[in-house]
Amino acid sequence: MKSITKQKDLDEILQQLQNYDRIFITGCGTCTTMTKTGGIEQVIDMKQRLQDAGKLVTGWVVIPTSCDDMTEAALKENNQAIQDANCILIMSCALGVFKINSYLKKTVIPALDTLFIGIEDKPGNFQEVCAQCGHCVLGLTAGICPITACHKGLLNGPCGGTNRGKCEVDKEKDCAWTLIYNRLKEQGRLELMRKYQPPKNYQVTPRPRKIRIA
Amino acid sequence: MATRFKEALDSGKFVITSEIGPPKGTNIDKMEHHIEILKDKVDGINVTDHQSSVMRFPSIGGCLSIKERGGEPILQMTCRDRNRLALQAELLFAYTRGIRNVLCLTGDAIPVGDHKEAKGVFDLDSLQLLETIRLLESGKDLGGNDLDGSVEFCAGAIVTPEADPIEPQLIKFEKKIESGAEFFQTQAIYDLDNFARFMKQARQFPVKILAGIVLLVSARMAKYMTENVPGIFVPQNLIDEMASAPKGEALNKGIEIAGRMIATLKKESMCDGVHIMAIGKEEVVPDILKAAGITPN
Repeated sequence: MKSITKQKDLDEILQQLQNYDRIFITGCGTCTTMTKTGGIEQVIDMKQRLQDAGKLVTGWVVIPTSCDDMTEAALKENNQAIQDANCILIMSCALGVFKINSYLKKTVIPALDTLFIGIEDKPGNFQEVCAQCGHCVLGLTAGICPITACHKGLLNGPCGGTNRGKCEVDKEKDCAWTLIYNRLKEQGRLELMRKYQPPKNYQVTPRPRKIRIA
Repeated sequence: MATRFKEALDSGKFVITSEIGPPKGTNIDKMEHHIEILKDKVDGINVTDHQSSVMRFPSIGGCLSIKERGGEPILQMTCRDRNRLALQAELLFAYTRGIRNVLCLTGDAIPVGDHKEAKGVFDLDSLQLLETIRLLESGKDLGGNDLDGSVEFCAGAIVTPEADPIEPQLIKFEKKIESGAEFFQTQAIYDLDNFARFMKQARQFPVKILAGIVLLVSARMAKYMTENVPGIFVPQNLIDEMASAPKGEALNKGIEIAGRMIATLKKESMCDGVHIMAIGKEEVVPDILKAAGITPN
């Protein structure tokens, strides 16, 4: 599992940093290192770009996994440089932003947009395969998620926008329901597709979602 | 009480429906002009619901205009822009204003339209909307609550006879029937042999099928649709026929082709009627009917 991110345009980052001249940067050694959006190279590059824009970078750190509890220790080790800054620019996904924000009183600004939880299907190519909807239907859809893979998240079969196995929003994108149909047919389980699926329960756990696992 | 449209479906006659697209803006003169032209010549007039995900005057507003003029509206309802509360509420409102025919659609995707940054809703799909109508008719809503006054609708759906592959489409077609669809208006058809093959399957079910007839206005449009619009196939001989029309005569050629197809569908009893989509050229629908040899009701 990876949290897939994309770096924001420098203009947007600088816009959000306009009232801050002393910046501390954090990267992340896990997902954003793998997606090359917040690993050591990207952090050093960001430091240079901020300096070019007239900012003082008081220090930087690549936290091993920004969303876990070790983050507190990593921040403490860099306490002086963090205290010298008036703003923290975070190059992790939003989970890391949340975690770091919980340990510090300083302003935190994300340098990345968190896109989705996905897998790398080939080098540099990331794909969303689960929308974490809270009620898994993969047992009914031959292991292909229509909530994620169908643009409209349809539960009862393809829409009229399907065209030779592709989707109306993108001629390169496979129609999820054509894939599901083919696979259910191969498995002799087409009766699953013939069954009416009622409206989805969007309140399996109300947002913000929380669970206590005993 | 059966609607005029439902009575026409049940009468066994060859049913004619057409459709209008509301304007982008508050100038409804042209839409009302089209309603005046169509209202006494067809058995029902569909009003599109932000067709192709392009924001327009609402379908229900167009339906009210049709009612005010004594016509028979068919409310097109997509699931793209409203959640289950809004869809149910609009059905209640439509019923109180005498709108009794609904065409249930999932709706085009947001990115194909003119508000690409909007949030697509799709809380329900077309099947779930059909089921919702039947539930509201039983006096209950989707929350399991009793209604103070229920509804009664003639509900329909769409099917794409030229879908490739066709099998998943046929499965959904059957599910729509099980969910209460009484009639189908098809995506545009141009190849009558292909359509006959589809009808062989469709005839096994007790539903009315109105073949979709989209007016061709140029060879370029025909070629564009067959290459780009999902589920539309225009055979090369029709593209050539459109191209053969002398300059300024392409529209008349399109009317002739549409009329000829309707006449064949009727003569050979291939389906229960047609749904004519003239897309912006609604004023020529009477000419298409004339070309088909069909006299107004």
